[in-house]
Amino acid sequence: MEAFASLADGLTVAIQPMNLLFALIGVLLGTAVGVLPGIGPALTVALLLPITFKLDPGGSIIMFAGIYYGGMYGGSTTAILINTPGESASMATALEGNKMAKAGRGGPALATSAIGSFVAGTFATLGLTFLAPYLVDIAVSFGPEDYFALMCVAFVTVSATFGDSPVRGLTSLALGLLLGLVGIDILSGQSRLSFGIPELYDNVEVTTLAVGLFAVGEALYVASRRHVHEEKLEAVRGSLWMTREDWKRSWKPWLRGTAFGFPIGALPAGGAEIPTFLSYSTEKRLTKHPEEFGKGAIEGVAGPEAANNAAAAGTLVPLLTLGLPTSATAAMMLAGFQQYGLNPGPLLFADQPKLVWGLIASLFIANAMLLVLNLPLVGLWVRLLKIPQPWLYAGILVFATMGTIAANPSPVELIMLTVFGVLGFLMRRFDFPIAPVVVGLILGPIAESQLRRALSISLGDPMVLLQSPISATLLIIALLALIAPFVLKGLGRFKAVED
Amino acid sequence: MTTSPQRRIDVAGLVIALILFVLAGVVWWDMTKLQILSPYDLGPKVMPIIVSGALALLAIGNAIGALRGDLPARDHLDWKPIILILGGLACLIILIAIGGGFMIGTAILFATTSAAFGRRAFLTDLLIGAVIAVFIYLLFAKLLTLSLPAGPLERLF
Repeated sequence: MEAFASLADGLTVAIQPMNLLFALIGVLLGTAVGVLPGIGPALTVALLLPITFKLDPGGSIIMFAGIYYGGMYGGSTTAILINTPGESASMATALEGNKMAKAGRGGPALATSAIGSFVAGTFATLGLTFLAPYLVDIAVSFGPEDYFALMCVAFVTVSATFGDSPVRGLTSLALGLLLGLVGIDILSGQSRLSFGIPELYDNVEVTTLAVGLFAVGEALYVASRRHVHEEKLEAVRGSLWMTREDWKRSWKPWLRGTAFGFPIGALPAGGAEIPTFLSYSTEKRLTKHPEEFGKGAIEGVAGPEAANNAAAAGTLVPLLTLGLPTSATAAMMLAGFQQYGLNPGPLLFADQPKLVWGLIASLFIANAMLLVLNLPLVGLWVRLLKIPQPWLYAGILVFATMGTIAANPSPVELIMLTVFGVLGFLMRRFDFPIAPVVVGLILGPIAESQLRRALSISLGDPMVLLQSPISATLLIIALLALIAPFVLKGLGRFKAVED
Repeated sequence: MTTSPQRRIDVAGLVIALILFVLAGVVWWDMTKLQILSPYDLGPKVMPIIVSGALALLAIGNAIGALRGDLPARDHLDWKPIILILGGLACLIILIAIGGGFMIGTAILFATTSAAFGRRAFLTDLLIGAVIAVFIYLLFAKLLTLSLPAGPLERLF
């Protein structure tokens, strides 16, 4: 019961008044920004990163936890009320949730998604609590070659295995890895791909990339096709509360969604989309009201929302124990840790137990805060949704540029932001996934240093990667995951459910 | 992924493949200038070699996709809003580069983006943008003590 003791320790950190305040601010900011249409949790964290630069690490990481969960919650509110999911993982929620809102049942849809998120978040965070110490024990025995192989698995699953097109996914990843090369190589002191530009010597900032790709790219994309479709905000009419019937129809999908979401999020299998669509199709099959699916079935909101949140908490398992981000949001969290010189992984559990367990305990608290705050505040969030689109995107761009130059006061940084924005626009237009670029940029340099460490221990013999049984197994898994989508054309079909 | 009866060669897809190929070349060329300090490993060259090779392979993969017409269908593109937004960003960058501070640039960016999304009240938006810029300046510079590039307007505060 080592986990319990550690968690209790963490709780004493998390319930300090200042930390509670940080969690509260995080939850409110996260929800407020996440609610804005077109802003997913990854961009929420990226936009709010500069605000935390000057805070102390413990408090600001607790704030991130709140932003992370708040951003997820805000995203589903948008999905239900205007049918513009900020990220693919809320697409399933938008399917049924928006239909419910149109039918005047927006209140219960928001309620089942809030309570479902709470249930899933709590169970998944419990899962994290108990799984983390075991994984840390295993991870301690990993050599650099094993880490490198593990990162290869993450690279492949994030980019190729479950996307629409493995070639486009891998292309995104390669662009991220390329950006990861830019700057001074720490081990040899030589500059790579910097072309004599001083600002490029200290690497490409992950926040600049993420804000460029997500915020500027999204603004350009939405503006360029404004003529294609207009969004409509559904008013929340009638009662916010769920009826007895709603509860009866919701609790099983919550639990099943959690059961799909947590393991898939915790394995480095990339993202929350798969569990949400798995949950959606399962609920569609198991429901006693099949006629309601497609017209606003509450099961179709409860299940995918729970799956989404459980997967989000699940991605914290590889992030915290192995330092392995498997989604764009997790990559942003890692960037948040790195800005304080903290490297998630087994060592962090040993060196900074108070910080890690304080963070995990704060997840429970943030989750409970969201449940208590969000339903009463739903009127406020709806008002945020009413900001006219021109001002909304103008405001997002202003905040994005300010955050970027506050972090790095140089026009070159803004030029990079603009270039990444154009890149993000083109990637959206040609349907290249965005998350692999961000994961590639942040994980690429880590993978490189592990690879070079392994090679220098083996005196340059690449066979070291196959001689360690762990590394060999992981590399075979990576290879299978790479080949699978080419052989089994059906893996991308989870996404087809939306049609 | 619609299987239309007539699959045409996608020119944009071929351009993407070409760009990837050029990037692969740039990474390779940059790699050749690096020096290996330790006799035992490839050091800083390992990753560039992997990335360059991957980019070249993916260029071929994308080219095949373009020839088979595998790219997703695209809507007609409206250039005006894109030019407006990028123009606003360019104004901001230039103003900061020449020491004009960020407030004027931010107000312009706000107004051009707003215009890109169909608003017709440029001057009003310029004003709103300026107010937001002041608010952000006070929040970032005074409350969070982050440094923002200052020009004549910022020094008034």
